Amino acid sequence: MSEKMTGAQMVVTALKDQGVDTIFGYPGGAVLPIYDALFHQNSVKHVLVRHEQGAVHAAEGYARSSGKIGVVLVTSGPGATNAVTGLTDALLDSIPLVCITGQVPTHLIGSDAFQECDTVGITRHCTKHNYLVRQVEDLPRILHEAFYVAQHGRPGPVVIDIPKDVQFALGLYAGPENIEHKTYKPAFKGDLGRIDEALSWIAAAKRPIFYTGGGIINSGPEASALLRELVDLTGAPITSTLMGLGAYPASSPRWLGMLGMHGTYEANNAMHDCDLMIAIGARFDDRITGRIDAFSPGSRKIHIDIDPSSINKTVKVDLGIVGDCTAVLRDMVARWKERHLACDAAVLQKWWQEIDHWRARKSLAYRASNKVIKPQYAIQRLFELTRGRDTYISTEVGQHQMWAAQHYHFDEPNRWMTSGGLGTMGYGLPAAIGAQMAHPGSLVVDIAGEASILMNIQELSTAVQFRLPVKIFILNNQYMGMVRQWQELLHGGRYSESYSEALPDFVKLAEAYGCHGIRCADPNTLDAAILEMIETPKPVLFDCIVDREENCLPMIPSGKAHNEMILPDMETELGTAIDAAGKILV
Amino acid sequence: MNAPAAPLSPYSSAPAASKIEVHTLSVLVDNEPGVLARVVGLFSGRGYNIESLTVAEVAHAEHLSRITIVTSGTPEMIEQIVHQLERLIPIHRVTDLTLRGGSIERELAMIKVAGRGENRVEAMRLADAFRARVVDATIDSFVFELTGNAGKIDQFVELMRPIGLVEVSRTGIAAMTRGPDAI
Repeated sequence: MSEKMTGAQMVVTALKDQGVDTIFGYPGGAVLPIYDALFHQNSVKHVLVRHEQGAVHAAEGYARSSGKIGVVLVTSGPGATNAVTGLTDALLDSIPLVCITGQVPTHLIGSDAFQECDTVGITRHCTKHNYLVRQVEDLPRILHEAFYVAQHGRPGPVVIDIPKDVQFALGLYAGPENIEHKTYKPAFKGDLGRIDEALSWIAAAKRPIFYTGGGIINSGPEASALLRELVDLTGAPITSTLMGLGAYPASSPRWLGMLGMHGTYEANNAMHDCDLMIAIGARFDDRITGRIDAFSPGSRKIHIDIDPSSINKTVKVDLGIVGDCTAVLRDMVARWKERHLACDAAVLQKWWQEIDHWRARKSLAYRASNKVIKPQYAIQRLFELTRGRDTYISTEVGQHQMWAAQHYHFDEPNRWMTSGGLGTMGYGLPAAIGAQMAHPGSLVVDIAGEASILMNIQELSTAVQFRLPVKIFILNNQYMGMVRQWQELLHGGRYSESYSEALPDFVKLAEAYGCHGIRCADPNTLDAAILEMIETPKPVLFDCIVDREENCLPMIPSGKAHNEMILPDMETELGTAIDAAGKILV
Repeated sequence: MNAPAAPLSPYSSAPAASKIEVHTLSVLVDNEPGVLARVVGLFSGRGYNIESLTVAEVAHAEHLSRITIVTSGTPEMIEQIVHQLERLIPIHRVTDLTLRGGSIERELAMIKVAGRGENRVEAMRLADAFRARVVDATIDSFVFELTGNAGKIDQFVELMRPIGLVEVSRTGIAAMTRGPDAI
């Protein structure tokens, strides 16, 4: 069925046909025809943000918490360039997005027209793919192709740049039926021979460990369920990256916590000493591996990933399986059962004894206080008091993010939204808005730092306008805490520009925006304050004043191996923990 | 005193000892605007090296272009380059011709030489030996057209230098596997 309509109407019709119910955007001259088309319908809801970066992060939060595709609509020039940080964030974390940008009319392209920029040129490196639509005849195909590309294979952001005259032009619309990219057909199922080989290795391993990442979450809830089944069938320990939290329940005894730079002692030592590493949907990021030449030197490595370029990129593996996590895990579970495989319980028992020995070091411990709120304590209380509720957590970037990853525990996927790959300050509040849009009845908390929250604080207006009761839980130590920690580690404690001299009064700021503000500096009243935050049925800005000098431990100093961690109970002078060779690696 | 240890970078994907190889890649792409920028941008953005690059449409009806890239790097880097290229949406197929048992490689060059008397005679004599064609001649100059592998062209240019080399224009390498099979 095809009918004649304008390009702008095609955009809105395509969104409906793709099942999109919510988009995030900001109007401007070059995109007004699409805004006009939105005005004439009720099935696609538009969320007006206050900055285009906020629109992209909100779409990411929406996508990550719901498993749907996030959609962004912004104007040309500054609208498009403001979206670049968000697009890069989505690319590095493999989040499926479609971002529609307006462009000046085709006859003005290349003339340095008002609000013109080379959007496809600028976004080429921060998208999975991008399009400049030159004529309305191409628009329906490109719209549906963009949705296909964004979600198939390794997900990612796709930009469609639409000149204003193309938005006005009349053409024939075609629906998404049978839209398939003519060349882009990524592998879905993994090679069965290799899967069988991998299973034989797992059954024979003496010290196996699963190392899982965001790919499991991106693959959908079935992947998490299958992962649980496979881990339980084998009885092996499991750790995950920052992006992978929630794919396997943190409450399980098989769960070793997060690995990597701020991972647990047991997870990192197990990674170092394992004889078989099963990496699934994880990409051996440098924050995970530490020193490559000392990374798990004695192990064979299996790597399951949908992106062939991730295999052997930084770490040479012994067995690579290209495929979607769900499809590969389904085959693994089925073949394990069919072949009646089992790990040797007595052999694994010895491995678990070693792990328990590392666990006993309690690497996430910290010195408690009843005078000042310890940031770890604040997260623990937030976790305990939100437990049992339907809770979604986003974060900004910095120490608070790592403390949240260490001390807030997730038993379900899609509950944890954080900027992993790019490390974008200002991510958490708009992401929380996106998650709250997707889950209106749930509790959504942005765990923030006082410096990060200021990067996109304007989105409080969005939360108020759309009556989104997001909670912003600021761990306020008056420092860019992670910067301060690194300056302590690497620069002799010279805290160059990392102290915030003129912070706003967050309670008054909350009130100015029409939100509720809470401040708490006393560990004895913290629980009551957190409960007040949870129970207030509107956006809340919670200024939690915490210990200014607490460091985020444990930590692998840069340039060191997994078994060379700094632990909280060591009396190491942080200033001497990293040698000259390590300092250049930050 | 202990000598300071050489910094060990955790970011390098290849050990320093790994040897650099030169590979010729054939890349079949949709002939659409911006496709070359995507390919070239991938090399510059990820720090890979391009030694030679040629591109032209090879199947008009199917809108297909063939890009031939000569690149250098460790075997691990070349493997990454191939995978990273394969990730680009408009790319149909990437073939490492070097891994496929080597390829026939040809390049076209135009070489301008100026000179009179003895030099003019010498230039003509060498051009003959290299099977270069004269495509332009004036009283004191020649433009030669020469086809061959890159080494042959290098050699001819070096011979022309003392005789009166003025300028060189080269196309870069076009390559194909031997035998009856398509890539």
